[in-house]
Amino acid sequence: MAPQSAWFRAPTVSVMATTTSLSATAMARILFITVITLFLSLGSFSAQKQPVIGLITKTETNPFFVKMREGAQAAANSKGAKLLTGAGKADGDNAGQVTAIENMIAAGANAILITPNDSKAIVPAIRKARNKGVLVIALDSPTNPTDAVDALFATDNYKAGVLIGQYAKAALGGRTPKVVTLDLFPGHPVGAQRHNGFMIGLGLEAPGAGSNTLGTAPAIACAADSYGDQAKGQTAMENCLQKVPDVNLVYAINEPAAAGAFNALKRADKEKNVIIVSVDGGCQGVADVGAGRIAATSQQYPLKMAAMGVEAAVEYVRTGKKPSGYTDTGVTLIAAKPMAGVKSADVKTGMELCWGKR
Amino acid sequence: MRIAVLGPFLALIAACLFFATQSDRFLTGENLSLVLQQAVVVGIIAIGQTLVILTAGIDLSCGMVMALGGIIMSKFAVDFGLTAPIAMAAGISVAALFGLTNGLLVTTVKLPPFIVTLGTMNIAFAITQLYSHSQTVTDLPLWMTALGDTFSLAGTKVAWGTLLMLALYGLTWFVLSETAAGRHVYAVGNNPEAARLVGIPTRKVLLGVYALAGVFYGFASLLSVGRTGVGDPNAGQTENLDAITAVVLGGTSLFGGRGVVIGSLIGTLVVGVFRNGLTLMGVSSIYQVLVTGILVILAVTADQLSRKGAR
Repeated sequence: MAPQSAWFRAPTVSVMATTTSLSATAMARILFITVITLFLSLGSFSAQKQPVIGLITKTETNPFFVKMREGAQAAANSKGAKLLTGAGKADGDNAGQVTAIENMIAAGANAILITPNDSKAIVPAIRKARNKGVLVIALDSPTNPTDAVDALFATDNYKAGVLIGQYAKAALGGRTPKVVTLDLFPGHPVGAQRHNGFMIGLGLEAPGAGSNTLGTAPAIACAADSYGDQAKGQTAMENCLQKVPDVNLVYAINEPAAAGAFNALKRADKEKNVIIVSVDGGCQGVADVGAGRIAATSQQYPLKMAAMGVEAAVEYVRTGKKPSGYTDTGVTLIAAKPMAGVKSADVKTGMELCWGKR
Repeated sequence: MRIAVLGPFLALIAACLFFATQSDRFLTGENLSLVLQQAVVVGIIAIGQTLVILTAGIDLSCGMVMALGGIIMSKFAVDFGLTAPIAMAAGISVAALFGLTNGLLVTTVKLPPFIVTLGTMNIAFAITQLYSHSQTVTDLPLWMTALGDTFSLAGTKVAWGTLLMLALYGLTWFVLSETAAGRHVYAVGNNPEAARLVGIPTRKVLLGVYALAGVFYGFASLLSVGRTGVGDPNAGQTENLDAITAVVLGGTSLFGGRGVVIGSLIGTLVVGVFRNGLTLMGVSSIYQVLVTGILVILAVTADQLSRKGAR
């Protein structure tokens, strides 16, 4: 209630200092706040029966997060919890997520699941929520520091990168790699982890999983930012093709970027000689693997992340037991052509599992 | 007015010369054709934006209207099995309808263009997301993506979309500079009251400009779909500011009444050349953003100074 009493105090001071006509407003305000407080306390009373869980995704519109919301909603329905949802306005929008956290605290949420847009900037708002006894779990991306939240349920993105790197190395079969990387955008931990993991899998030297810096090597002939977007990925690939016409391997941060890369290669009549690897395992992406546009992708499970998050939150409300630390929600390499020495699942399995359909 | 385009043109030439010294691949026909292909979507949106800015207005909705047009045409083609030309016409019509709505709100309700298009921008975005369920539309019929295809011209691959863009620029330039309707657009932008007094139907001119801008955004949807081969509900999110940037870089005055549409093409290309050239050099594309920011301020300063000089 602290922010409300502060909001209440400020006008009262001004009332005393100025006119009496304002005190009517002040009275109305007191009434209003009483009603709100009553309403909220009723809310928290009923919350003892029904856990209230907030889910804050990076954006409203990315299919990955649409899937995540579906998973959370299904889990909440089956556990008898109430789910509130919110999101940033665009990738990278921290302020929108802070607002969502504040609104969810006000709405009496017992637990908040969040996929942070900005791993550092979100931390003060999360701290505020936890100080009020709200359980906070990060999904998909870690906070910085990682212990700013109670627990993290996420894909091991470094491992996701290593898997496609190993696959690419086997698929190249002794050819010297000439690589184009279509990365996310500068400074994002997930972008760096996938990129660097990919380099390790390929047998190159790269920074470790804790680094936010993209590794470089002579084999990586062109690195460009795709923002995980198909049109921007295509533009980036076209430009890189001008620099590296004899590219034989493309790493893409996600499948939309990979689709953009394929489009660019196809327009240059080079799609047959280039291996594209990617991360995500969305249903469209797996279909692209089946169609031979993408050679292999590391599949992750947003629906599972969300469902596990909701289950942990319900348990916290009912028993007081908090989850802690990092839980790997798993990653599977999906490839149409299996390579000797690299474990992978086929397209059919990938379609059954795409983004955690179970 | 011709001089206004000279500055941006020299900046473009200087950038090209610089990148030519940095990478031997830059000045190849193939690479330059690529820069043009990458410019088509923002380039065509910038035509509509130029018309609106010439009337001292601004259109924030252009990118989102473009995305909506793209989703409409691709979903109509895939879900209802419409033939490509009908689906394309449907998408362009919806974009034109949004333009017309902008125009009606500006002329009849007399709302400021900034606010009107801020509203329609959000409305177009929401409809796009709701109608597409935020899902990308794939497996389009071949004809839908024909404008992204290329043909060979003296050994260089040229995209049909590039030709369409250049044709639209040529046509708009001709109408603006050689016809009465075109001169009316400048007159309304310069001084709407004076234009009304000499008998120019200012409302009709404004309405026509906004509706026509919508048609251009519809053509941009066509090219966006053609280029990427999909209907992308998340397209167009930065295109409004990209297009305004291109128009301003091209020397068109934000205060209306002054500018040449070809300038907006040059403005679009300047941004594209930096993005392409920096990638060839292996430099992070964030420097393209930095350079764009500096050039925008230079362009507006030049406009302001020349305005003072003219008085």
